Amino acid sequence: MTVLDSVLVALTALRANLLRSILTTLGIVIGVASVIILVAVGNGAAGEVNRQISALGTNMLVVFPDAMRVMGRSSGAGTALPLSESDLTAVRDKIPGVVGVSGQLDESAAVVRGNLNWTTAISGVHPDYTSVRDWPVSEGREITAQDVQTAARVALIGPTVARQLFPGENPVGAEIRIKNVPFQIVGLLSVKGQSAMGRDQDDVMLIPITTARNRVVGKSDVQVDQVGRIYVKLDDQTDMKTAQDDIETLLRQRRKSGPNSEDTFSVRNLAEFMRARTEVLSTMSYLLGATSAISLIVGGIGIMNIMLVSVTERTREIGLRMAVGGRQRDIMRQFLVEAVTLCLFGGLIGVALGIGIAWLIAHFASWPVDVSLGVIGSAMGAAAITGIVFGFFPARRAAGLNPIDALRSE
Amino acid sequence: MNPVPEGRHVSNGTIIQARDVVKLYKIGEQELRALDGVSLEIEAGDFVAIMGASGSGKSTMMNLIGGLDTPTTGRLFIDGGDISQLDADGLAELRNRTIGFVFQQFNLLPRTPALQQVMLPLLYAHPRPADMEAEARRRLEQVGLGNRMEHLPRQLSGGQQQRVAIARALANNPKILLADEPTGALDSRTSEEIMLLFADLNRQGITVVLVTHEADIAAWARRRITFRDGKVISDERQAPRVREAAQ
Ligand SMILES: Nc1ncnc2c1ncn2[C@@H]1O[C@H](COP(=O)(O)OP(=O)(O)OP(=O)(O)O)[C@@H](O)[C@H]1O
Ligand SMILES: [Mg+2]
Repeated sequence: MTVLDSVLVALTALRANLLRSILTTLGIVIGVASVIILVAVGNGAAGEVNRQISALGTNMLVVFPDAMRVMGRSSGAGTALPLSESDLTAVRDKIPGVVGVSGQLDESAAVVRGNLNWTTAISGVHPDYTSVRDWPVSEGREITAQDVQTAARVALIGPTVARQLFPGENPVGAEIRIKNVPFQIVGLLSVKGQSAMGRDQDDVMLIPITTARNRVVGKSDVQVDQVGRIYVKLDDQTDMKTAQDDIETLLRQRRKSGPNSEDTFSVRNLAEFMRARTEVLSTMSYLLGATSAISLIVGGIGIMNIMLVSVTERTREIGLRMAVGGRQRDIMRQFLVEAVTLCLFGGLIGVALGIGIAWLIAHFASWPVDVSLGVIGSAMGAAAITGIVFGFFPARRAAGLNPIDALRSE
Repeated sequence: MNPVPEGRHVSNGTIIQARDVVKLYKIGEQELRALDGVSLEIEAGDFVAIMGASGSGKSTMMNLIGGLDTPTTGRLFIDGGDISQLDADGLAELRNRTIGFVFQQFNLLPRTPALQQVMLPLLYAHPRPADMEAEARRRLEQVGLGNRMEHLPRQLSGGQQQRVAIARALANNPKILLADEPTGALDSRTSEEIMLLFADLNRQGITVVLVTHEADIAAWARRRITFRDGKVISDERQAPRVREAAQ
């Protein structure tokens, strides 16, 4: 008997008890389907986070003007000592490997164009901002050093703002008003999509930081050289951890806090932070996948059970196969192939079901899913191994039968 | 040790030889001697009927000759080889190539068409014939079932089912055909047809050994061996019954 012959015999036997075969494979179906769904959802989430990491900008550190801790509370806003232009200059000039720095001073305000208005996040930034954040304009020009020097009333707007205020029109060159101050739109930012927190990052407007301080942020809320947070971009050769330590040391000196006193700022590597989250996410999805693999074991026990029943039912057939020359290993292989066929059959249904449900999740819950071929392969492999492991005992029992006893059985 | 062959039988040499074969069955404390020192020789090409009361050891002897079981003591030579020395694989090969077995209950696979039934021994053969299907067709034609290839057992009469079983036994061109009460489940007319087939196969050179309770079945053989309590109590040559006048 070749393996193909064994497969054909197996298929005939399984078809003869179709309903029983299907019910038996249910455990495998559920196991394989849940492995595929969980890993697909986990991978999808991880892929999404990765996309967001690259959207954040690579090789980038952010200095916040308070001592935010990853897990702890941030110190009260009132105690925050703002970061200043001189802090920013010091970082740019004294930290090795810095290729760009920019402040970001935020304010939320309504932007008016004719009779349309739209409230958006307005950020005062330095000329390096778009390059530091890997966020070029798609049309028009960037904010220049001269714009910052002269506190020019120019603005870059994100695609969402453009859509709201200039539906179907090119906004570049047009005039808008913020707090009654006229601004000229000089550039349109490229699409950045959603942030990790689900915020629309395209709903923004960038203006020179000097203009923001002078005209947009309320005078009482801002000091003359306040820069909000500082984005720092480093070159590829620079170790992020070293740069982070260097910046902390530098600012600690400048802000006169000793090594033991609490910092009044924090330097964070957002990409690193998110990457850690991704790892947790994917580790979790693999753990869940592994947990659902337990249902494969339960399914395997079901397979073993039904194979034992099958061996008992087909004892006479086994005896006959032996009587016409079937060797023990032929009989053994016959039943192993049958168990594996049963499991692969369940596995195929499970894969189809898993992909189907993953698709439904993607479609109706708009949760990103990623069904990888690797997972399908491993799930099918696991199903096949389940068949071999749990088919082994029944197969050995069949092969060990004495031909006459088997022939005589009823 | 056998009487000199008489009749038209031509000796081709010994193909089955049992020397002091004992088969013991232990049931709890009790020991049962199913075969109690059987010695016999069967020549190639002979047609032998084994008779005897129920429980006298006929089937046990057939199973040993057919390599389905092994003797407790004694030696058994089939086609020149000592099969008491064979391991499980060796016995499987013997059953596959040298022996064709026909059972009282036919032992066909319930959901398998006739053609595939006959192919079964070919699937287990080493090497396998190039065209197994053609081989199986030839065998079915040989037993007169050329027009029943695709029939399932339940779509065939008892006699036809037994013919399929005989075609299956013939699949690998065995030297010996063993039939344990092959007509036991058939009416007398069908039995007659099956016996004609056996006589025909024997004429083509196959050694036929069959177990029967019925004298007119045994009458087809050239030699009649009788068992009682695990021993051979008589062994005689006879003029075989031949095909009745053309029907
Ligand atoms: N597997 C077994 N275990 C125990 N005893 C057995 C076994 N097989 C056969 N026997 C015993 O061996 C003896 C011979 O049995 P066997 O089947 O050879 O008889 P038989 O001549 O073929 O009878 P019948 O004409 O009824 O078929 C019987 O007493 C039977 O009970
Ligand atoms: Mg018997």
